[in-house]
Amino acid sequence: MSRVILAYIENNGVEVPKGSLSTIQAALLLKKAHNYSGLVGLLLGGDGTEEAAKKVAAFGLDEVLYVKNNLLKTYLATNYALAFKKVLETLAPTVVLALADTRGRDLMPRISQHLDAGQASDVIEFVDGGRFKRPMYAGNVLATVEITTARKVVTVRQSAFDVAKSGASECPIRELSIDISADSGMEFLSFDTVKSARPQLVEADRIVSGGVSLKSKENFEKYIVALADVLGAAVGASRAAVDAEYAPNDWQVGQTGKIVAPKLYIAVGISGAIQHIAGMKSSKTIVAINKDPEAPIFDVADYGLVADLYQAVPELISVLTASKS
Amino acid sequence: MAKILVPIKRVVDYETKVRIHADGNKISEDGVKWIVNPFDEIAVEEAIRLKEQKGDVEVVVASIGPDGTSEQLRTALAMGADRAIHVNTDAYIDSDAAHRILAEIYLRDSFQLVIMGKQAIDSDASQTGQLLAARLGLPQATFASKLVIDDSFATATVVREVDGGLETLRIKLPAVVTTDLRLNQPRYPSLPGIVKAKKKPLDVIELSGLGIDTAPKVRIVSMQPPAPRKAGVKVGSVAELLDKLSNEAKVI
Repeated sequence: MSRVILAYIENNGVEVPKGSLSTIQAALLLKKAHNYSGLVGLLLGGDGTEEAAKKVAAFGLDEVLYVKNNLLKTYLATNYALAFKKVLETLAPTVVLALADTRGRDLMPRISQHLDAGQASDVIEFVDGGRFKRPMYAGNVLATVEITTARKVVTVRQSAFDVAKSGASECPIRELSIDISADSGMEFLSFDTVKSARPQLVEADRIVSGGVSLKSKENFEKYIVALADVLGAAVGASRAAVDAEYAPNDWQVGQTGKIVAPKLYIAVGISGAIQHIAGMKSSKTIVAINKDPEAPIFDVADYGLVADLYQAVPELISVLTASKS
Repeated sequence: MAKILVPIKRVVDYETKVRIHADGNKISEDGVKWIVNPFDEIAVEEAIRLKEQKGDVEVVVASIGPDGTSEQLRTALAMGADRAIHVNTDAYIDSDAAHRILAEIYLRDSFQLVIMGKQAIDSDASQTGQLLAARLGLPQATFASKLVIDDSFATATVVREVDGGLETLRIKLPAVVTTDLRLNQPRYPSLPGIVKAKKKPLDVIELSGLGIDTAPKVRIVSMQPPAPRKAGVKVGSVAELLDKLSNEAKVI
């Protein structure tokens, strides 16, 4: 029996997002490390999908399949799962691999259920043919898991894999025509790109986070938001600050909130509860500003400043503002 | 009457420092505090709000786990859920096994909506809701930050938090919705709520009696702590901090 990997490659019309190149890179690594006989890429979409398929032909895949159908123009879990299942009727991959972004997380369990296959989510490393490393407990534990079913579904964490490089000879591209029915019980209404002067927490290169020491919503605005704005940073908050209603729930960084890994993370007036540290400790450079020298946040900080935030933050803002102008 | 099923998971408190058990493939449970998975708590809150808005709604919470799991179900009842189902087992339950059990519970009654957390804060797999929707052939709306349901419980309009923005979907009910942070801020159980919860029905079903294959499809082989961060330095002033950030770390 041939052992084939099927990698689901996302496209938005003709566009192939950067994450898809990490999907390809992860699939190439898996194929090489465990001697899979083939690696097939799959694109699902409406207009532009053929062009997108052509764009990924020279990245080292053995074949690229694509399905172009008007019902796949916008992503809907039910329609995409239906199309995916039809593709699986003609191809029996050993591994189905996709990115662990919101689409991959939404779609792949429907494929696992169809295949009656075990799924490892958010994989960061391939140990051997059936074993995978993945974070659990918001990164407090690194687990090696084994998928016990013959067919396996894997989603990979984008930041753990480089982007694939083109330059291989172009592989064959094949269109699969597939019928799917129109009524799947789901209807796409709209998509709003979040328009904010500030970057999104999970995508931001810089984050300034505030804790319960801010004492009020007004102070949170005046110190944390103001510092974030001068740095072009996203705003985060500890769970305690959210519970005290100084900041909205979706700013929460931590095990019960967002898991972030920016280049620069500045924790202001945050003591460093376990659940907060779990959400930000993968940041490249961590700065802690806290007046308590014993605060646990200093254990994970690259640079710790023991100071009163009400003095230190205005000073930071004024120096940074001056250096900008 | 519309019925809402809210599956909840018993997880280790997020304020607990997790320690790996001597066996090397699980978490030590000694002295651990257990809580309702925070994303499931948001689901319980949302179901109760729907009940408060629309009146004729029954909120059924269900959980799978050992004896102590009843405590988390009582918490949900104290928040305002109407009744609870505890599928009792000491076995390791992965996402696949969980969704099979939940499908059985769903099929024993007639629910218009299943609402649950987008993931549990222990396994972080984010699979069970989608697996359940797939098994039952239902539409799904994961990572919901807003949920509006029509009065006849026929359709839901859901705003989803997806990469790069907010997506709005309309789905036919029954369906599975999974919750994200922005959906609501869960209430604390009130004292009268806690008293009332003691009298609300809590059915305990033995997993072994359900005849469901719950052999894990994903087995935990080993666990290790992540690599520790290198110890940092203390700086004496804002000026020194900015100097280090600009010249040493080169991040500003």
